[in-house]
Amino acid sequence: MRYVARRMGLFVLTLWAALTVNFLIPRLMPGDEATAVLSRMKGVNPAALHALQVEFGINTDQNVLVTYFQYLGNCLTGQFGLTASRVPVMTDILDKLPWTLALVGITTVIAFAIGTMVGVLSAWRRGGRLDSILPPLLFIVSTMPVFFVALVLLYVFAVTLGWLPIASNYELGSTPSLTLGFASDVVSHAILPGLTLVVVTAGSWIYTMRNNMVTTLAEDYVRMARAKGLPGWQIMLDYAARNAILPNLTGFAMQLGYVLGGSILVEYTFSYPGLGYLFYTGTTNHDLPLQSALFLVYTLAILICVLIADFASAILDPRTRDS
Amino acid sequence: MTIPMTPEAGAPVAAAPGSAAAPGSAAFRRFVQAVLRNRKATAGLVILALMSIVALFPQLFTNVDPQATIFDQQVGPSAQHLLGTTQVGEDVFAQLIWGTRLTLLITVIVSLAATVISVLIGVTAAYVGGMADRTLSLVTDVFLVLPTLPLLIVLTAYLPSGSLTITAVMIATSWAFAARQLRAQGLSLRTRDFLEAAKVRGERRSYIIIVEILPNMISLLVASFLGLAVFVVGFAAGLQFLGLGNSTELTWGTMLYYSQQNGALESGNALWMLAPGAAVAILGTGFALLNYAFDEIGNPALRPVRRRRGKPA
Repeated sequence: MRYVARRMGLFVLTLWAALTVNFLIPRLMPGDEATAVLSRMKGVNPAALHALQVEFGINTDQNVLVTYFQYLGNCLTGQFGLTASRVPVMTDILDKLPWTLALVGITTVIAFAIGTMVGVLSAWRRGGRLDSILPPLLFIVSTMPVFFVALVLLYVFAVTLGWLPIASNYELGSTPSLTLGFASDVVSHAILPGLTLVVVTAGSWIYTMRNNMVTTLAEDYVRMARAKGLPGWQIMLDYAARNAILPNLTGFAMQLGYVLGGSILVEYTFSYPGLGYLFYTGTTNHDLPLQSALFLVYTLAILICVLIADFASAILDPRTRDS
Repeated sequence: MTIPMTPEAGAPVAAAPGSAAAPGSAAFRRFVQAVLRNRKATAGLVILALMSIVALFPQLFTNVDPQATIFDQQVGPSAQHLLGTTQVGEDVFAQLIWGTRLTLLITVIVSLAATVISVLIGVTAAYVGGMADRTLSLVTDVFLVLPTLPLLIVLTAYLPSGSLTITAVMIATSWAFAARQLRAQGLSLRTRDFLEAAKVRGERRSYIIIVEILPNMISLLVASFLGLAVFVVGFAAGLQFLGLGNSTELTWGTMLYYSQQNGALESGNALWMLAPGAAVAILGTGFALLNYAFDEIGNPALRPVRRRRGKPA
């Protein structure tokens, strides 16, 4: 229980740190980007303008501390002001969130499942056919930059072969509906970005899982299990894999940060209109409120996943609970 | 890999702490041999050596000015322009060659600086312990979780765009993972007998950290540097690809940015985009191969099995 409480503490603390960093950046940075943005905002409703002023800390004669708490309050209630095109930031974000959530969520689960399974099997049959082909191949791919894999897949399957669409999340002009046709349209647009993320991340799952398995398989308790004459699959899964998967679970959270960062580049390459693409358009429009809100959204997403991973390893590994 | 590895030749980094504390030339020679005998390490070294030569002497590979806008605009590959030309009539091949320098420089600087920071924070935390450790670990954990790319995007929005900004911001955001590993290693070393002995001898803290602890971390330091380099190569290029770098500076990332902006893939000029992308990938692979090899050298259990082992009795 103490472990869980401590991890919750870290969650709150990191969230607070991210909020504070976000608050400090406009104040510590040289230049007057914020003023420039605000001057473009003339004529919007006073409450929204005030929220922005609070966020950037300009044109207010208030105490910094008061502004800070106002800012924290605004963030906790999801009030991030307006984007450059004067839509509430939250509206824009909620509009794109499902696309990124589905893309990143599904691909991460697939990559984790495939990577862990291949890692277990290739360590179990070390030096076998699977072990000598898949891990090295996917490891090489996983060290490649996300966007390069995306570009190659885009060039081969969309530009040259024309099997899959080049950009966007569904065919331009079609209206979202719950029909089979629309669903397959959405899936066909998601295949290439999704494949990119799976291919790029599966390698490191395999790599860590395989190496952990190799170390675990040399442990005395595995030899003991063999001596007891337990069936091979039981030794592989219950004795070796169960212990070898623990570092992977903690790695999960870190990997997710990488995947989320990578998804920005993937969405940019495939013009896939999720949060990452929104982030990119934010940089080209100098849309500061949008960018800082997105930074917080990404941080929150990662924190939640870290927490889930922590709970999972607390359930699977009694040692984390005691320490 | 015709010569079978003996345990001694293969595992100098895992040698007894006493011998690591006093590195002799024999240990170093064994280390070099181990690197040369490892196929992955050799391949990685060859890639990095080639890239370094290109970065140092680009004139040897092309006599075209990479920023001279004197050719036909955006034409595909030909004998004269191996990789075609850009939207303003620059030679893509010349750009690729000359872009190596800044790309490599940024990677090495960021990785080195981040490794140094991670040593300062990780080893200090492990050795000093107590309140300082808890504070430093907390800071590390916070930095570990903060999403790097979004943070970078937000930071670059306020800072003047350019390689200096990218470099500084990447250093500030990428040290945490290595620091955590170094702290873990430091903690496991702390209770070893040879450190206890040093303490009993009355050695100073700085002496213990520099002479007793750091030499035992060399393999981890090298691994941290290489791991960071793999990450930084792709990351810097990704940032520049998004247009967050200084677009007047010539790197592979800015080449990617311009080719993307001009739809190179769709307009029959795909090499303009794929070549710098592949260059980034190859450089990253070079670092990764070395890293992988160091893992194998440091941990003999991971080395590929040459002969299928018999079924365990």
